[in-house]
Amino acid sequence: MSPILIIFYVLAAITLATAFLTIYSKNPIHSAIYLVLCFFSIAGHYLLFNAQFLAIVHVIVYSGAIMILFLFTIMLMNLNKEDEVHKPRITRLGAITTFILLSTALVLIFMYSKPFVGDYPTTGEDFQSIKKLGTVLLDDKEGFMVPFEFASILLLVAMIGAVLLSKKEKPTK
Amino acid sequence: MDSAFIIEKSIFIVVIFAVTMVMAMYSTWAERKVAAYLQDRVGPNRAGWGGLLQPLADGMKLFAKEEFEPNTKNRFLFFVGPAVAMSTALMTSAVIPWGDRLEIFGRTVILQATDTDSAILYIFAVVSLGVYGIMIGGWASNNKFSLMGAVRAASQMVSYEIAMGLSIIALLMMTGTLSLKEISVQQHGMHWNVFYQPLSFLIFLICAFAETNRTPFDLAECESELIGGYHTEYSSMKMGFYLFAEYANMFISATIISVLFFGGYNYPGMSWAIENWGVNIGNVIGIFALFAKLCFFIFFFMWIRWTIPRFRYDQLMNLGWRILIPLSIVNIIITGICILAFK
Amino acid sequence: MSTSIQSISLSGKKKQVSNKEMTFLERMYLIAIFKGLWITIKHFFKKKATIHYPEQVREFSPVYRGQHMLKRDEQGRENCTACGLCALSCPAEAITMKAEERKKGEEHLYREEKYASIYEINMLRCIFCGLCEEACPKDAIYLTISKELVPAQYNREDFIFGKDKLVMPLEMAMANTKKLN
Repeated sequence: MSPILIIFYVLAAITLATAFLTIYSKNPIHSAIYLVLCFFSIAGHYLLFNAQFLAIVHVIVYSGAIMILFLFTIMLMNLNKEDEVHKPRITRLGAITTFILLSTALVLIFMYSKPFVGDYPTTGEDFQSIKKLGTVLLDDKEGFMVPFEFASILLLVAMIGAVLLSKKEKPTK
Repeated sequence: MDSAFIIEKSIFIVVIFAVTMVMAMYSTWAERKVAAYLQDRVGPNRAGWGGLLQPLADGMKLFAKEEFEPNTKNRFLFFVGPAVAMSTALMTSAVIPWGDRLEIFGRTVILQATDTDSAILYIFAVVSLGVYGIMIGGWASNNKFSLMGAVRAASQMVSYEIAMGLSIIALLMMTGTLSLKEISVQQHGMHWNVFYQPLSFLIFLICAFAETNRTPFDLAECESELIGGYHTEYSSMKMGFYLFAEYANMFISATIISVLFFGGYNYPGMSWAIENWGVNIGNVIGIFALFAKLCFFIFFFMWIRWTIPRFRYDQLMNLGWRILIPLSIVNIIITGICILAFK
Repeated sequence: MSTSIQSISLSGKKKQVSNKEMTFLERMYLIAIFKGLWITIKHFFKKKATIHYPEQVREFSPVYRGQHMLKRDEQGRENCTACGLCALSCPAEAITMKAEERKKGEEHLYREEKYASIYEINMLRCIFCGLCEEACPKDAIYLTISKELVPAQYNREDFIFGKDKLVMPLEMAMANTKKLN
């Protein structure tokens, strides 16, 4: 086994284990921390693909920003066992059947799919460099400038919406 | 990859690690000494000449102290908190160019652990992870004051990260690269970025103070008024790790400020020195120039600490969200206009 | 010209506080911060006020007042006549005494015809003001230049110093006499 394969197996094991522990642990803070570890191992997978930019941005956005806000809210909410919402049996049953159906579908897809064997065409360009990524995203001729700007406008709208929702209405007299 | 390369890099990484630790250690000494001098005292002067052995004595004291543990169910997380704080503080030094290059035994040794083209992003990723050490430690202490301290520290760091990132964007628009090595090379010959981006430097400096939790933004700890903040429940070397991480962070942010804005290892007359005295001597002077710059900034951190009183929490948030972020956006716009007009 | 109480400034540093709106420059605080930095850096290069204690010792004031001592004269007799003026003058009311008449054959012990059989100073109350010394008409009580004011004790009773601790030792009186002659 090549070292890269060993690293891949270790990372995959960590990813799967922490993902399961995220769901299984009773304490919400523990779940959040397991999720952070899960995100880290996924960043490790990106690094195995030599996708440094993606790995770092993944760490910044998911572990550095989103999960910190998650932890924040969980800590401030002070969740206890008594606050746990009681779920009726029918929803649990529904969840289990959906999961079984989905997993059978996935297993079937895996079984019948043919692995891609052969060489990828290479252009000799380093698609990991930020310069290349910038031209791909923002070039107005061969890039994806318009969808990129649309995405940014979407995010801006979401942000303004959140601000509006959280703003207190002044009492009308 | 040949084995010589791996050995070279390993030695270099160990050296950087040792230097970071020693600098952090002696920052504690320097802090006490500077504080004393600014207050007309002399500071520690018993252990060794001028108190130079004081950090060793402090470290030994911390190791020998009794270890208290709060009654917490999260013993493991209680351990993890200081470990995360320390490792994130030390990880950043991997991408910093400490010098240009040396020629030893016919080999060219690049004085940088790794030169990725996303070095600044890497630094931001590591800095944003530093919050975890504080939050996990504060939460696992099972103490509401620690938790409040942790939440205060974390919200402060998260808020100032935004302004920090935005202030850097203006600089990056000018340099056109994220690699710290290239940024250093571009500043060769007194083209220091601080002359072109003074506003960006100012915002970055303020945010660096906030990120390292130092006065005037040390609300997380409030040593003089509140109990210790997030590390109230910590004792012995675990608390030492938190304090040590603060000094390591200070060292790293001083380095980043000097690399980004003050020319890194460049000094006036560098090309002349390399031409006349050889590559090695010229670049060794460069390393010393970088250390002189970062030592000045460490001193500046301390100087500010003993000059300016602490902010109130609402003032802190106001400064971060209502002043620094709009200011850095304005800076980005001005930089964009200037680039369009002059290039 | 009559000066009202509002316009008097004892220190000469009186400053009128106003709540006026700050200008834009003032609100940036940058100038104020640099002023502060300038002040602190000036202190950085100032001479330090520290006295390195075991090597350097701070000079005692010429009017330093240490522990009390009841004096003997050159013949080794106690000066005190138990007049009670020291107790009267003591602002902390630390001194108490009991007078007794000198018996026959005690002339070598006490100088005056009356002496203090009990003389106590409560060292927890004493403020070392030296008024007892000034009040004494017989030059009996003195505040010495001893560096130790009151030695530490475990019980409060031990801080009430009686004659055994206050009266000048006889050997000291003899040495003083020798020095005089």
